[in-house]
Amino acid sequence: MHNNFRFRDVLSILDFSRGDLETLFACADTFSRVEGKLSLLAGKIIALAFFEPSTRTRLSFEVAAKRLGADVISVVGEEATSIAKGESFADTIRMLDGYSDLIIVRHRYEGAAKYASEIAEKPVINAGDGRLHHPTQAMIDLYTVRSLFGTVDGLTYAVIGDLRYGRAATSFIYGLTLFKPKKVYLISPPLLRVRNEVRQTLVERGLPFEERNDIIEVIEEIDVLYVTRIQRERFPDPMEYEKVKGSYVVTLDVLAKGKPHLKVLHPLPKVDEIEYRVDRSKYEAYYYQAKLGVPLRMALLTLVLGAERCL
Amino acid sequence: MSVNEVYTLVVPKILEGTVIDHIPAGKALEILRVLNVSGQEGWRLAILMNVESKKLGKKDIIKIEKKKLTPDEVSFIALIAPTATINIIENFIVVEKIKVKVPDVVEGVIKCPNPTCISNKDHEPVKPRFRTISENPLQLQCEYCSVIVTRDEIPKLVRR
Repeated sequence: MHNNFRFRDVLSILDFSRGDLETLFACADTFSRVEGKLSLLAGKIIALAFFEPSTRTRLSFEVAAKRLGADVISVVGEEATSIAKGESFADTIRMLDGYSDLIIVRHRYEGAAKYASEIAEKPVINAGDGRLHHPTQAMIDLYTVRSLFGTVDGLTYAVIGDLRYGRAATSFIYGLTLFKPKKVYLISPPLLRVRNEVRQTLVERGLPFEERNDIIEVIEEIDVLYVTRIQRERFPDPMEYEKVKGSYVVTLDVLAKGKPHLKVLHPLPKVDEIEYRVDRSKYEAYYYQAKLGVPLRMALLTLVLGAERCL
Repeated sequence: MSVNEVYTLVVPKILEGTVIDHIPAGKALEILRVLNVSGQEGWRLAILMNVESKKLGKKDIIKIEKKKLTPDEVSFIALIAPTATINIIENFIVVEKIKVKVPDVVEGVIKCPNPTCISNKDHEPVKPRFRTISENPLQLQCEYCSVIVTRDEIPKLVRR
């Protein structure tokens, strides 16, 4: 196994190659087969610095670290820390760098993880920075597709929702550029289209994509439907949010027009963009996707902290 | 006497200072703005706009007595007027000729237009940093938040 993750920062999915992800997925396969606590990272301390709300990402990183035998220290929210007293983010990162072996950062400012990586000597994993990147979510999403279909290549994807402010959607689409999808439909109201710099990257990387307004136009073609929530908290103008609120809902009736093996992914949390009936249908794959967060993040922590093998 | 000679503007040489030549026509005032030169400094200053140029057809020229440009100021000029040449004058003689070039990395010169970029966070010791992804048309990409800035946006993003 060639470990390209060793002591590397994980800031964007675009920093990695297809081969890197295949190593990661193989490692995650190993961890998804074992139960109980391991001691691969015994003696290591992992810092979770979450300056923005999180449920799954924080908990699955914490569970992953603990299952590998590492200890976890947490900074959660700005209110409970010295940042509330006026301490800079840079100083907080410097402190965590001194206390731990690896720092996992989530922040509402774009570029926060990159900035942290310039300050810290220890590796930094980006657990979401503003609307920009969420590389570990994209790794989980691609791993989920591979687990469901045996491959990421050759499939037709539709990514629906808030493509303007949604970092999970952007990172997933960026992740697809590392593989060979048949086609990627980007479906959103015109106000929530991918940003220019994202579109430019997709063109440069040769992703076969098309932008559309409505899922119904392409439902018969797609294998994977990736749904995202409208990121209310990132709209600079609340009036703009009101204009697009509730503008799309994925219903069981719409899915029934698609291929029988069609699967619906969602990075969660979801609000009202997927009809509840879908949760108990054959199309649902988002709870499975959330569950894969633990073995995938176990694999990532193990590789970043320098293991030459996963078990 | 030809028509051109009749209309030639004669600007005296300067003793000491900077001549910024080959500025794209119409950009001289913008350059003075980003250099923070208001005319109140008391230096002798000549601004020639839309004068004939063999290279550019028409061009602007700025002559500023006393002032010598800092490297940051040369970077501003490269971003706004990539064709410009800068002559440093001492004792009426050109002692240095600088051909401006858009740097590969533009650090600390302009701020990022994205208000939620980490480089705009208050009380954070972080310098905005852009990578030049295209020189013509000019496109700079923020190294932190990936936002792309074009030439037209630069004058209002210059940091003071």
